Parts: sequence; C-alpha cells; structure tokens
Amino acid sequence: MAVSESPLSAIKGSVGSSIPHDSAHLHVSGEASYTDDIAEPRDLLHLAVGMSERAHARIKSIDLQPVRDAAGVVDVIVVDDIPGENNCGPVIHDDPILAPNLVQYVGQAIFAVAAETVDAARKAARLAIIDYEDLDAILDPLDAVEKQSFVLPSETLTRGDSTRALESAANRLQGRVHLGGQDHFYLEGQIAMVLPRDDGDLFIFSSTQHPGELQALIAAATGKQAKDVVVECRRMGGGFGGKESQPALIACIAALMTQRTGRACKLRLDRDDDMKMTGKRHDFVIDYNVGFDSDGHIDAVEFVFASRCGMSADLSGAINDRAMFHCDNAYYLPNLSVVSHRCKTHTVSNTAFRGFGGPQGMFGIECVMDDVARHLGIDALDVRRRNFYGVGERDITPYGQKVKDNIIVELVEQLHASSGYVSRVADIKSFNAESEILKRGIALTPVKFGIAFTATHLNQAGALLHIYTDGTVHLNHGGTEMGQGLFTKVAQVVAEELQIDIDQIKITASDTSKVPNASATAASSGSDLNGKAAQAAARTIKGRLSRFAAEHFGVAEADVVFTCNEVIVGDRSVPFKELVRLAWFARTSLSATGFYKTPDIHYDRETFSGRPFYYYTYGAAVSEVIIDTLTGENRLLRVDILHDCGKSLNPAIDMGQIEGGFIQGAGWLTTEELCWNEKGELMTYAPSTYKIPTSSDVPVDFRVQILESVANREETVFRSKAVGEPPLMLALSVYYALKDAVSSVAGDGQHVSLQAPATPEAVLNAVRALQYPDETQHA
Amino acid sequence: MHSSTANKATPETISFVLDGEVIEISDLDPTRTVLQYLRENLRRTGTKEGCAEGDCGACTVVIAELDDSGDSIQVRAINSCIQFLATLDGKELITIESLRGKDGVLHPAQQAMVDYHGSQCGFCTPGFVMSLLALYKNNAAPTRVEVDDALAGNLCRCTGYRPIVDAAMKMYADGSQREATGDWLLAAKGAGAEEQLQDKVAKLKSLRRKTSLAINRAGRRFDAPRSIPELAGLVEGRPDATLLAGGTDVGIWVTKQHRELDDVIYLGRISELRTISVSATHVDIGAAATLSDVMPVLGKYFPGLEELFVRFASPPIRNAGTLGGNVANGSPIGDSMPALLALDTTLVLRKGKRQRELPLDEFYMDYQETAMEQGEFLEKIRVPLLESGTYLQSYKVSKRFDQDISAVCAAFRVKLDDGLITEVRVAYGGLAATPKRAIQCEKALLDKVFERTTIDVAMQVLDRDFQPIADMRASDQYRMQVCRNLLLRFYLEITGDQSTRVYEYGRV
Repeated sequence: MAVSESPLSAIKGSVGSSIPHDSAHLHVSGEASYTDDIAEPRDLLHLAVGMSERAHARIKSIDLQPVRDAAGVVDVIVVDDIPGENNCGPVIHDDPILAPNLVQYVGQAIFAVAAETVDAARKAARLAIIDYEDLDAILDPLDAVEKQSFVLPSETLTRGDSTRALESAANRLQGRVHLGGQDHFYLEGQIAMVLPRDDGDLFIFSSTQHPGELQALIAAATGKQAKDVVVECRRMGGGFGGKESQPALIACIAALMTQRTGRACKLRLDRDDDMKMTGKRHDFVIDYNVGFDSDGHIDAVEFVFASRCGMSADLSGAINDRAMFHCDNAYYLPNLSVVSHRCKTHTVSNTAFRGFGGPQGMFGIECVMDDVARHLGIDALDVRRRNFYGVGERDITPYGQKVKDNIIVELVEQLHASSGYVSRVADIKSFNAESEILKRGIALTPVKFGIAFTATHLNQAGALLHIYTDGTVHLNHGGTEMGQGLFTKVAQVVAEELQIDIDQIKITASDTSKVPNASATAASSGSDLNGKAAQAAARTIKGRLSRFAAEHFGVAEADVVFTCNEVIVGDRSVPFKELVRLAWFARTSLSATGFYKTPDIHYDRETFSGRPFYYYTYGAAVSEVIIDTLTGENRLLRVDILHDCGKSLNPAIDMGQIEGGFIQGAGWLTTEELCWNEKGELMTYAPSTYKIPTSSDVPVDFRVQILESVANREETVFRSKAVGEPPLMLALSVYYALKDAVSSVAGDGQHVSLQAPATPEAVLNAVRALQYPDETQHA
Repeated sequence: MHSSTANKATPETISFVLDGEVIEISDLDPTRTVLQYLRENLRRTGTKEGCAEGDCGACTVVIAELDDSGDSIQVRAINSCIQFLATLDGKELITIESLRGKDGVLHPAQQAMVDYHGSQCGFCTPGFVMSLLALYKNNAAPTRVEVDDALAGNLCRCTGYRPIVDAAMKMYADGSQREATGDWLLAAKGAGAEEQLQDKVAKLKSLRRKTSLAINRAGRRFDAPRSIPELAGLVEGRPDATLLAGGTDVGIWVTKQHRELDDVIYLGRISELRTISVSATHVDIGAAATLSDVMPVLGKYFPGLEELFVRFASPPIRNAGTLGGNVANGSPIGDSMPALLALDTTLVLRKGKRQRELPLDEFYMDYQETAMEQGEFLEKIRVPLLESGTYLQSYKVSKRFDQDISAVCAAFRVKLDDGLITEVRVAYGGLAATPKRAIQCEKALLDKVFERTTIDVAMQVLDRDFQPIADMRASDQYRMQVCRNLLLRFYLEITGDQSTRVYEYGRV
C-alpha cells in the first residue's frame, strides 16, 4: 500500500515526509542494540527471581539454603535485605518488590538470586523450600465485588437522571458481557542491567517507557536520592503500556543486587516468568441497562464496570477513569450513570495497555448500540449514526467537556461510501440465506479517543538540544522509543525547525541525566509533548543564531530566514554549518533546553468534570468476517479503515500505528485468551498457549486510509494528532462483525450473547445459544 | 569451548561453516543451544531470544546443508533457541550478521523491509529477515498464502504484518538488480550464483566426517551415529539415553524445564533414517525424516491432509521436527497421529537386529507412555496407500490458524461401496490422554448407509468413546461438540457442494 506524503519543505526528513524509522537499517541488520545486547561488564552477575506458587498465602518459612548452595550462586536477597522502601508501585505504594510474609498472586517475587550464569541463576531459583499457609483467594472480579474487595474506592460518573429516563423510555434492555484481558507480548521481555558507579551511584539500562519513575523508585528502594541514580533507554523491543510501570520491579531487583554485591547485575526474565509476573490489560465484566426509543435513540444508559485490577493499585485508578471517560465513545448520552469497581483479586496487578481503559469503555457502549439495533431489527450502523455527537448541539460529554472538533459524521459517511457498506450488507444477507454452515457478518464502528493524560500534571515534557561547531545536532528528550517512531518524528520536527537535513541530527537515548522528571511515554502523547519541547529548544537556538546573524551581517533579524540547510541573511546565503561556526566563534550558546506543557486542560477528579482532554482523535473501521457454525472457527475477510491523524508528521509511521494497532486489537478480541485455573495460576503464559495474531490472520483485503490532511484545530506540533492508541479500538468492528455473523443463525430481535475474546469456542457457544435456546449453556 | 579454523577433527569435534569460515569446537556442552552460542560466545547479538520455545521466531537463523543429491544445498530456517549447537555439525549456519554485504549494502530482504516500513520496534525483525531469506532462496515468486506460510513461525506485535508481507513480495525486484554480482546470498531461487554455490558444496563436502561424532564431556554424552546398526547398538547399550531428532520438543526440556540431559543420541546424521520411499502399497517414512520432507510426499498421496500440513506448527519447526518424533513422543496433542491412525499406519520398531511391526493404535498406552520396549527405537512409519472409493480428511480446530496446538484434531476415512460404509476409521487427538480411535463411533458407522441419519447417530455415540479434557485450549463441552460436528463436516464435504471451511475464504 503506497503511503502518500506531503512534506512541508525540501530538506531530507521534512515534517510530513514518509521517511523510514530512524533505526530501520539497524533493525533489519540485527545491529540495533537492545538492553540484552549491550556489551556486558566482565564481572556481571545474572539474576533470577523466586516466585510465589500460591495466589494468597502467608509465608510460614523459607529455606533458601539449597538456593545458596547451588552451583554458581553468589548471593540471594529477600525482603529484609532491602535497605530502603519495599515498593515498586507507581502511584500508591502498595506494590512490594519482594513479598513480605504475605503473597498475593502466583508469580509474585519472593526472593532474587544472583549467579555467574543465567542458567545457574534460573536453576537455583527453583530450589527454595517455602512453607505456605493458604488464605482464601479472590480470583474473579465478580467475586471481588461480592466481597467488596477493591484496590481503590469505586467511582461514579453521572449525567442527567438515568433512573427516571430509564423508567420513561419506550424500550429497555439489560445485558452483561465478559471482556477478556490481554498480555502485551512485547517481543523483547522485561530486562534491566545495572552498573555500579562512583560513590555507590547506580547506572541502569532498562527497557522502560518511564525512566524517570524508575529512577525515583530505585532511589527509594536503595535508600538513595534521585541524583544518585541514572536510567538510560535507547529503545525497547515493544512496550504497548507493558513497560510503563512494570519495568520497575525488574530494575529495582537488579539495582538492589548491585548495591549489595558491588557488581554489575542483569535481570532478564524468561518469557514464561515475564507473562506470569507482569500485569496485563484489565478484563472487565460490563453490566448495562439502556432505555431507547423505537428509532434507537438512546435516552439513558447505566453501566456497572467491574475490572480486574489484581493485587495492587498500579495504574488502575487512571485506567478505570479512562474507561469511564470513553463509555460514550462517539455518542451523545443524555442520561448516564457509570459505576466503576476497581476489583482487588489475587492475580497479577493489571496495568497500562494501549488504550488504557478506553477500549473497555468503548466496548461497553458499542455493545449497547449493537444490542439496541438487534432488538429493534435495524442496522446497527443506523443506530450508531443516530446517536453521534452533534456539532454545535448535543456536544457536551458526560464529564462536561465540549466536543469542539467533531468530525465523526463526515468521516463515517466517507468510509460508509468507500467501503461499499450498503451493497455488502445485501451480499452478506444473500450469502447467509444460501449457506447452511458458514455465515458472514459485517460491522462499522467509530472511534473518538481523548488525547492527554487525565492527570493534568503529567502533560509536560522537556528536551535538550546541542549544536556542535560542525553544524550537527545532538537531540534528546524525555520520550522513549518502543518502535512507535517517536524518535523519528521528533527529529523531523527539529529538522524542519532548523531547516537542516535529518541526517545531521543524532537521535540519542532517553536519559534521566539529560532531561529530568519526564512523564511516561504513554497516553499517545509522545510526539505531542516531546515534539513541542524539542521544537521549543530548536527555536531557542534558532533565535540566538538569528540574532547573531542579524548583528554579524548587519541586517534586520526579520531578514534572517532558515531554509534548506542554508540561512538567508539579507541578500546573502550562508550555509547552516558556516553560520553555526561563526556564531560559536562569537561566543554564542549552542545548547538549549525546551519545555512544553499542554495548554487549556483542567480536570477535577472529585467531580469527574472539566476538560481532561486537549482534543479528540477520530477514526472508523468496517470489518467483514466469516464464521463456521460447526466449530466457531472464524476469519477476517476484509477491513476498511479511515483514520484521523491531523496533519501527519510522518504518514508511513502513522500508517504503521494504525495497522499495527488494529491487528493488536483484533487479537485482543479474537484469539488472545488469558486463562487462569482454580488455583489462580495463569495457564496461558507462553506463545505456545497465548495466541497473538500471525501474518495469515491479517486480511488480504486490508484498505487503510489516513483522512486527508485535516489540521488539528488545536495548536499541536505542526497540527498533527496523536496516533498511538486510538487505532486499537478500530478493532471493535471485528468483534461486532462476528456478532453480526452469529446473529444470522436466528431472526431479528434475538439477543446475541458473545463473550470476548470471540474464540472459536465463544463463537460456537453464541451460535448454539441461538440455535438451541433451551439447552443448558456452557460456562 | 574452543573454536579454531585448523582442521584437527576428532570424534568429539564438531565443524560447521559460518560466514565462509570453518568453525571447529571440541569442548562442547552437548545441550548448548545455537542461540546461546551466538549471543554469549560469539557476541553476535542480532539473533534474539523472544520465547526460548520455538514459538515466536525472534531467534530464526538459516541452515544450509548438502541436499539428498549431495551436489547442491538445501536452505532452511530454524529456531536457534531450541536447536543444539552439536546438531550443526557438517552444516552451514547463516545469521542476520551474514547478510549485509562487505560493501555495507543491505540484502534485498533487508532493504525491502526498510523500504516498506516492515520494522517498528525491530526486535522481531532479524528473525523475519531470516525467514524471508529462506523464502527468497526457495521460492522465486511466492503467493500471499506462501508468504503467510513462510512467516507463520514469526510473531510481530507492532506492524500488523501487512508491510512485512509487502516486503516479502517486493524483495525480488531489488534482488534481481543485484544478482549479477554472483553473490549466492543475493541470488533468489533459480537465479544462478553457480560458482559460489559450488564453493559452498565443496566446503560442506569437506566437512564430511570419517568417524561418528561422539562427545563425552565430563560424563555428559552426545552421540551422532551414522547408520542404523550403529544406532541400534548405542540404544541397546544405553536404553535410558534421550533420542534426539529435530529437538523441537527436547530443546524445550532444556530451555524451559532446565532438565540436564546427560546422555543424548542424535538421529539426524543417519541418512537411511531420513529416507522416504513409496511402494505400490504403502509409504515408508524414516523416523528422522523432517516434517518438511514428509509433508509433500504424504500430501501427494493423501490430498485430504493438505490443510493439516499447512497448519502444522511453522516452517522452522517443520524444518527441524520429524514425523517420527511427533509419533514416538506420544503427546496427546500431536497433530499427525489422528490422520496416521485413520490410515491404519504401522510402526517399524527395532531393537538390536530385531524388527517388529506394530499397529499405531496399539502403540499408545497412556499419557506419554508407549509400547516401546527398553532399548527399542522407532525405525520407520509405514502408511498404507488409499484404496479406490476411499475418502480421507483431517481437520484441526484451534484458536489460531497457524502454529497453534489443536483443541481437537480429527481424521476420518471411509470406504464407500454403493453408498454403504464398508470400512471406517475415526480418530481424534486433543480429547484424551493419547490420540486414539473412536471405536464406538466406528461401529455406529460400519456397514451403514452413508447418510445424515447415520451420521447423527454416530455423532451421539462419541461420548462413549471420549470424556474430553478441559484446559486453556478449550472446555470439555466444546471439545465434545466439535468432535461431533467435525464428523458432520466430513459428511457434508463428501456429499455436498457447500464449503464448510472458513479458511477457504480470503486466501490468495
């Protein structure tokens, strides 16, 4: 698929050009260095973690002698060996690094062992003799609600009077749907390598989306201060939210062991351990109660969300808040009540994952739209369209933010036409009438996603820029690179601002000693925040160069223009690098920091009101599927996507986010099933049992378009829009297309009960529930 | 571990080619993996570990070895994370670092991945490039289905694959401009580079051993006999030794279960054991023949097994793994066994000089327990050819199309004589402790008219044959329902003209 581009200028790597990822040539040659590829110090120790085998238990005794006696073992640490705070939790300090006398999930770290080889450490970690006293374990969110077991207080968001509106509504429906979680399955597992430095200082290489937080947590755990700890990350082999808070546990353990032994330490989790020990996307149980008129206009909705937070709060507060903020998706809901339970279960603490609760919230309202349409026997798209936010009216969200940039109607109309939706619906009807075993289905679902951290203070970023005397540039900022192309985009911004070719700019590793106090690279905000900060730094230096040039050549500052590796000064043209050299000679500072904070956002968490989001990003997708009513096996046949990137900084990179996010979302809703057994052990902890999409799951007919250059109405960096998370939610169309296909085995008006992920088993269960309504249902 | 280029081969020394150099290692830990060797000994860190169980492909490397003719070479992708280094003896190893030309220019597979934005985080990328290289050397013009199959063992979490598929399709255009250089790596299948190819053949021939590999390192043994009698002697003498064929399972014992294998006998160097021969009545498959070699032959004689073969594991696993290993392991979830049971396959077992032939359905005793005696080993698998009037199909149901383990795997064979079922086999995997035939169901079908009512009755009796297990792949109810419905599918496919498989849609 050709990706169109519209570069702003003629320099290499101009904003708007589809240049490849800055590391593409290194990725393909194996030369890109990840944390495990960094040259190891000679005396490096390798670590492994001893994990809890019980979901909820008191530790009566631990015998670590067999571990200490194992070949190659150098040291073992338990909770009492932590000199500082035993916490790796990001918000509430309820996440122990090493378990005290209580374990709260299978896989929880109890001790760590350091050995001369990876193999020796991993073998030794299995030798501890631990005596547990089992306690009652809560393994399911509904059980947690029943027992009022929460990691944080339940929250409620209301607008209007849903109780009264439901009572007076012409039609009412209720439903419950189970929505599964998702493992990040970043290809590079969690890892950290810690080096001892002078005076007890620590230098940490970590695969992390949040170096600054790691720095703070390591300092606290080791009894040091932030100034004593430096964290660096050049790139991650995938993050997806799974490396926002989760790397802290790994890095803290390695740092503690380095502090104790004085030797460099590396902890690289085996894939199985990674999947058992680290958090995932929250699974939700969604209950709804909806009132609507005979055309499908929604009068009122009441939601109750019960989400599995696991054993600690982690980021669950903000995640569940975002689920509440996105339970409207693109729809105006005049009367609404959302109750959000943040359930404490004795399973691994769930965490950030692309969409950060938004996908679960949207899933809920799309379920409502779909069920209302089936109940009324009208096309689900018609119900969706009738409920879209208006422009200039019906445009206030339940949390009081005015939707000022609404383009969902035009966007959906455009996709509706380009995808041939109407004729395909007819084709599918006739196919289904003819075909006894195989059935097809289609769905168009919209996405409206709010951009900004809902915690207002996190919407800030810094950058550092040096220009050397040869005119080349060193660029650093607080964002991290996990494959999303952030470093490329920010370099494009700086290239554009300075009007120099991008190959004159060195992109450098995220480093807490260069840019301090950076927020996590998360909430899709990486290029919005860091692009602006880097632009500010570039403008500062450019200003100094302009003033110098004006003075040096005796022209007005307004007559100094940077363009395409040259600087026009009055009627002469000076090569950029020549101007830099002259400026240096004249003692001009060629280093600057840049800072940015997102304007105009505010939000009161007590009342769930304000303007938490700077703007919204929009998109829509049409998916068509086929299912087998004998086995539930299914296949995605065609996908049409139209997505809004504002004025794209790099259309090729944005296209990669759209397609990749969509397929990741499709995996979440179809093949990716997390299974726990009755002991609370995760049974799907490796790629042999946890199935993310492969190449053959991607439809051959995959038509993705970026909405033609619609500038962000807010003043974002070059009027672009954030793109990291929103496309994941385009994949809701896959699930609703499957539901459509299932519904074809029964007539209109039938309720379809399809659990997510829609595995073959879930699809077959839904089919049989319609075919044999009286039969006892499977679990 | 010691490596050098001087040829001082002993029975304990392995030799292989890497980047044109012969590497010799004489102090080898017998279960050290290729990936460990690359990353830890050579510090060639381009090859990644993603899962250490052969399921993600981040560790993919390419192996070149002399083909059956001995005059050319066969190029195949494998998972280096579960491949023991000792099995590289006599072969050429090609890694991601081997690809970039001396001039610094990227290989066409690499360049296409850059040009089509095929990498994001880049961690899976070297593995993809190696699978693309294997495709490039083995298929001059792949279809989308062939590309999907070639990439079935590589997981990417970032891109959604579309750009990687584009790169696979487009890499040939770039390659065709550069093949004139005579560089064998740069030449796609059939595109020459004859001179370098002959050099490679000569180099590999020079590695042929004069004595069998026999490593004995501090009491840990690894033997690679080169004939069946030699093997028989070793197995009789060391009946507790682990027999290693493709290592796609045994490798995981080491990487995941941390088992110490102190005594390994490797079957991969016995050419008779890799032979596949076809007679008028049956196909004989040597126990060490790889799945990649077996499948085209079986596919030719048993077209009903086609979908099963496409979906069986992934190319790197099929390139290493063997049909014999799948059968002898006795796993309840091996995908080949239902079909082999339905075909009345027999096993030729050998102990010393004694051979015996045992029907496959008498081979499995209980969970991972077989009728194999101490000192006995599987020599070949004998599959009878189909008689006319016979219908055979095998179906696999799993959460994902490619490279997944079956929730249910089924195979059916009926012989129809004027509408009457005169012979019938129904076999399932994934339902019980071993793959097995559904005897009650077969009885309900035998000598009946092949019609819907017969099928309905036979579907109902399946619960007398099986009480399926419930696990993370599927519930017991689902397994039972699907095992019934697959019989119905078989009936509908033979008697009707309706398609009953979603996988026939949207594939080109």
